[in-house]
Amino acid sequence: MKTQLSTFYLGPYFFGLDVKRVQEIIRFHEISPVPLAPPVISGLINLRGDIVTAIDLGLRLEIEEDRVIDKEMQMNVVIRTEENSVSLVVDRVGDIIEVEEGQYEKPPETLKGSAKELIVGTYKLEDRLLLLLDIDKIIQI
Amino acid sequence: MSDDSIVKEFVIECLEGLSQLDVDFVTLETAPDDNQILSRIFRNIHSVKGAAGFLAFQKLEALAHAGENVLGRLRDGNLKLTAERTTVLLAMVDAIREMLNQIDQTGKEGDGDYSALVHQLKEIYQVKEDTVIPAPLNAPAVNVESVEKTIAQAQATAVDSNIRVNVEVLDKLMNLVGELVLVRNQLCQSPEKNEDPQLGASYQRLNAITSELQEGIMKTRMQPVDNIFGKFPRIVRDLSSACGKKVHLEVSGRETELDRSVIEAIRDPLTHLIRNAIDHGIEKPDQRIAKGKSQEGTLQLKAYHEGGLVNIDIIDDGNGIDPDRVKNKAIEKGIVSSEEAEKMSELEAVRLIFKPGFSTAEQITNVSGRGVGMDVVKSNIENIGGLVEIDTVLGKGSAFKIKIPLTLAIIPAMIVRSHQNRFAIPMSSLVELLRVEKGQSIEMVHGAPVYRLRGQLLPLLYLDKELKLTQDVSFSKATNIVVLLVGDRHFGLVVDQIHDTQEVVVKPMGKQLKSVNVFSGATILGDGRVCLILDVINLAKRSQIVSEAAQRVERSGQNSHDVLSQEQMLVIAQSPGNGRLAIPFEYVARLEKFERTKTEKLGDRTVIQYRGKILPLISLTEILPERRSPERLEMAGGLPPDPELMDVVVFHHQKGSVGVVVDRIIDIVEQEVKDMSPSSRAGAKGCFILNDRVTEILDVDFIVDRGSLGAKGEVAI
Repeated sequence: MKTQLSTFYLGPYFFGLDVKRVQEIIRFHEISPVPLAPPVISGLINLRGDIVTAIDLGLRLEIEEDRVIDKEMQMNVVIRTEENSVSLVVDRVGDIIEVEEGQYEKPPETLKGSAKELIVGTYKLEDRLLLLLDIDKIIQI
Repeated sequence: MSDDSIVKEFVIECLEGLSQLDVDFVTLETAPDDNQILSRIFRNIHSVKGAAGFLAFQKLEALAHAGENVLGRLRDGNLKLTAERTTVLLAMVDAIREMLNQIDQTGKEGDGDYSALVHQLKEIYQVKEDTVIPAPLNAPAVNVESVEKTIAQAQATAVDSNIRVNVEVLDKLMNLVGELVLVRNQLCQSPEKNEDPQLGASYQRLNAITSELQEGIMKTRMQPVDNIFGKFPRIVRDLSSACGKKVHLEVSGRETELDRSVIEAIRDPLTHLIRNAIDHGIEKPDQRIAKGKSQEGTLQLKAYHEGGLVNIDIIDDGNGIDPDRVKNKAIEKGIVSSEEAEKMSELEAVRLIFKPGFSTAEQITNVSGRGVGMDVVKSNIENIGGLVEIDTVLGKGSAFKIKIPLTLAIIPAMIVRSHQNRFAIPMSSLVELLRVEKGQSIEMVHGAPVYRLRGQLLPLLYLDKELKLTQDVSFSKATNIVVLLVGDRHFGLVVDQIHDTQEVVVKPMGKQLKSVNVFSGATILGDGRVCLILDVINLAKRSQIVSEAAQRVERSGQNSHDVLSQEQMLVIAQSPGNGRLAIPFEYVARLEKFERTKTEKLGDRTVIQYRGKILPLISLTEILPERRSPERLEMAGGLPPDPELMDVVVFHHQKGSVGVVVDRIIDIVEQEVKDMSPSSRAGAKGCFILNDRVTEILDVDFIVDRGSLGAKGEVAI
């Protein structure tokens, strides 16, 4: 069975997550920082009157590679959760990709740090690797 | 409409009618001849029967039918309502409710067997009343037809003026209105509306309509407390008969309105307090008579507005709470040690009932006393920003006073700025705003900044430092201070700028931010930006200055100064030979550093010019006779005194002013002085253990007597 993944980029990596979990994708939005919050939390966003917590996905996944970050280009992938919405701040958004459900391989053993826990598997696409994220774990901070 | 929704509608309607029945039956016991109430009960049961028959719930119909028959006789006046009969009728109401809940969940009546109850009802119906009360003349002969008619009418009017709205819809509307307010505020800031008169006029109208809309939507969320109070007559009746007690319930302020969310939150705590009052508070009739009280106990339930809060009082005239019994129980349960209990004031002891795991019931009854009580009550109330106070007189009764905010959704708040960040401070904890003028300054008490506010020292917190918005560690500048009250303690919050007050819509933050407890929520300001709402209590707890404050509130409530006096502020200084000296803060006017070269001699006294006056100085070696040799003192260690500056504690006393030179000032602490042992030298009142160091307490009277410049006090220069 085919399943659709919403994809995005962080540094050199290409990530995907189940499109059904994505509420919407919005352009750079003003983020109000929250003092004393853990660093992975970028701050709060006003999304049409709802307060949405923005998570810096790069920090969450502990991506150490150099990323050219253009704040204005960054996107918010808003995820629907049971209680509230959470936004993942990513560098760039990709297409929606159709893959065969469950046809992924285990993530490389060499993954470091928190990425090991948060990446479920790897889809081998023709031109690149797509890392599937465990969204429920990502939003547990 | 689908079958399901018809059934749902039926259940909701019936349950609503039943909640009214509980109240009605209990009222009826006191006024058995009230035909209006009887007719209402009759109508309610009749409509349950009708609808149950229509929807083919046979058991329900049979039960309601049996009940209706009895009620019909009661209403017609040829049957008298006795306590037993009321009990049977109430049991019927419960059974109906049980079945309705079943229907609600499963769509079926369930397999409960109610034939015994139906039989009882039938028996009552067939009883030949010995003393038949003739039907009142004004009561019209009722036939079923006329009843149907009245029901039809009643329903018609109800439908006309009321509709059921799903709460989610209301919440959604509330959010949308919040958005609308934001758009309006944005428009308000745009300059174009001032240039174009037509646009200006439109804006004015938009403004007015938005405000009115907001108010209206808020109102839809408000509910009278009667929604919960209505349950209590029944609870009181059942409980008091179960406990063998007689209790009269007086309810006032039913119409007081509260936000839906608040109502939900206080339901359980209130029920618990009422249970406790009946179970533990009010005595059995014979005990009451022995004490010279009326046989029937009175339980008052009052709701009223006061100071922007809603107060709910639960007052009983029972036995009150015995502080000694509470203490003993607490010791037994290991909640406090017997030494601690010894030192407690009565109020403090009474407040032990709020500790987790506490239960004073000698016998655990099925009513209350499972030990999961008062601590939950207290935490539930505090969770919604309320507080509970107890007032109790042994033998006379107890009063529990609950204060809760009107709504949790919208609160007035002061917007302040610190380093480009804006924060909202709830007005409920704000006392005043201060502007530090030139010439006034922030003073330091050993690393802790304080401000002199009308003769009182106000400990200061710097918002930017507390929230780590800055790397700067100096406490030099402060122009705007927000004075806040946490429990019974004041403190000043230094901010960069104070904006204005606004009604802010409180929105919860995601669970990812649970760890950050200095914010209670967030809101969206007029410009669409997110603004965090400060949780003042947690902010105070976080900082060391007032760390004790919140605990003290917990322990003693608001008005127990006797408790407070046990803990006092002490200035801790180093005395010669690395000793520790505690100076009660209440006598201390200032802590100063003077250059050693500035001192002068006046006769055999050392003095210094201080604020245009002569301040006599006295050194600790002068007042505390030293028995150790200078070499021994040297060996005792400790940091040597500063060679250039000397630390001086300035006292103002009615007898005069005096400065005491200490080696150095170490700290200011808040500490209960306990287990004080007598001191071996004059000048010290005694000594006690503070942070594992033996610490002497300075005898301030003695010092001032010795040190001041005689009766004339200060000499003007």
